[in-house]
Amino acid sequence: MIAPAVVAGVLLAGPLVALLVRAPWDRLGELLAGPVVLPALGLSFGTASASTVVCVVLGVPLAAVLAGSDGWPRLLTRVARAVVATPLVLPPVVGGIALLMLLSRTGLLGQPLFTAFGVTIPFTTAAVVIAQAFAGLPFLVLSVEGALRGVDPRFAVAAATLGASPWATFMHVTLPLAAPGLAAGAVLSFARALGEFGATITFAGSLPGVTETMPVAAYIALTSDPGAAIAIAVVLVVVALVVLLALRERWLTGLRA
Amino acid sequence: MTGTLEARFRVRRGEFVLDAELVLAPGTVLAVVGRNGAGKSTALAALAGVTPLSAGRIVLDGRLLDDAAAGFVPPERRPVGLVLQQPALFPHLTVQDNVAFGLRTAGAPKAEAREQARTALDEHGLGDFVDRRPAQVSGGQAARIALVRALVRRPALLLLDEPLAAIDAELRPALRGTIRGVLDSFPGSAIVVTHDIADAEALADEVVVLDAGRVLQRGPLGVLRAEPTDPLVSRLLAGAVPNAGSGP
Repeated sequence: MIAPAVVAGVLLAGPLVALLVRAPWDRLGELLAGPVVLPALGLSFGTASASTVVCVVLGVPLAAVLAGSDGWPRLLTRVARAVVATPLVLPPVVGGIALLMLLSRTGLLGQPLFTAFGVTIPFTTAAVVIAQAFAGLPFLVLSVEGALRGVDPRFAVAAATLGASPWATFMHVTLPLAAPGLAAGAVLSFARALGEFGATITFAGSLPGVTETMPVAAYIALTSDPGAAIAIAVVLVVVALVVLLALRERWLTGLRA
Repeated sequence: MTGTLEARFRVRRGEFVLDAELVLAPGTVLAVVGRNGAGKSTALAALAGVTPLSAGRIVLDGRLLDDAAAGFVPPERRPVGLVLQQPALFPHLTVQDNVAFGLRTAGAPKAEAREQARTALDEHGLGDFVDRRPAQVSGGQAARIALVRALVRRPALLLLDEPLAAIDAELRPALRGTIRGVLDSFPGSAIVVTHDIADAEALADEVVVLDAGRVLQRGPLGVLRAEPTDPLVSRLLAGAVPNAGSGP
């Protein structure tokens, strides 16, 4: 038992240790401020923040609908759940291709959008945000749904008899009581957005300053400027560690819907 | 005086059917007693609007609240206050904001609602707790705060679901006295669901005995004691039927 467990530990921790050992610490500041890393850093944090906002604005209502779905036909609930969980199990590249099928100029929605308004979404910063939101939404929805289901329904009854409409009850009672789950979901979807690569490079490409986020920049820089790639990797590892510390065990309890 | 209630209702919850008539003169306090599963809490849920009727109607002070055929007023638009057995104070709000909640939903500006809430809490001897969270008050205090929270909305009908069941036995007489005082000055009607005849004796003008979703007998406690129409009535009034907590 011990030997495989140690190997598993090395498999998990080894790459990170190697990355931190080999990181060009003496040039890190210079690399981070350089022409490759800095625009990617700004773009990544900007788009990940935007996509987290999108996830919250769209995901909280979806979570609320799912949390109230107990009276639905069973098949419908199963389908709804599967749809929500799809981005979790889908290869990200497939997600990117699917987004192209939907939103490219010849896409299902993209074509009418282009003919009516002249709007093109792929290979723009908006496309980055959409790809990240697609990837991050399941984390937010599952976490918030679990938290909403955990709120004692008597609080909603009390609120209703105190004159609160269903909307007011949700906004002022149920959602605040589910706030830890919302926070956990938001942090997880932000982290997922920050690391999003496959869907982004497929659907949004790698235009520096426009769609080249940190993971994309790291991948591209690896051949031309390995130092920059490693610097980006170090930043992403640090963010991941901060996320883990911030959530501690909460992300597990939040997702246990 | 308000709180003229005419309720004839049928409520279905799975296998269970509550089929009862509750008529109250203004300002009456009615105790509803019965075994677990008699339909006591279901009756309150129907009156509060939490559970719609499957047949019948509820009219309060001449206003139609629920008519299975013609319309349903949702709980937030009924002049009905409900205090649950577990007081369900909102844990994320202070005591003062809990009481102000029902004033805010009625459209009062925040500062005014909070001021009114503070005054009401002061009047009920709860002024020391305004800034506390519900987790920082005792069970008895929480029950009193929940009562004040319902009262500040000036309901015409006040529903109390087992108000003393969650309270330690030695604290019950004092809290019972407090509730009695509140109900004495309350201008509307009240319905108290309880399994404890001592509550009915101390608080109510009349008693209704419910069993299996039907009214067994109704009248002043003395009459029910003297002339029970059913063996279960006398056993319930003697406290001989074990009946902790509230059923559906």
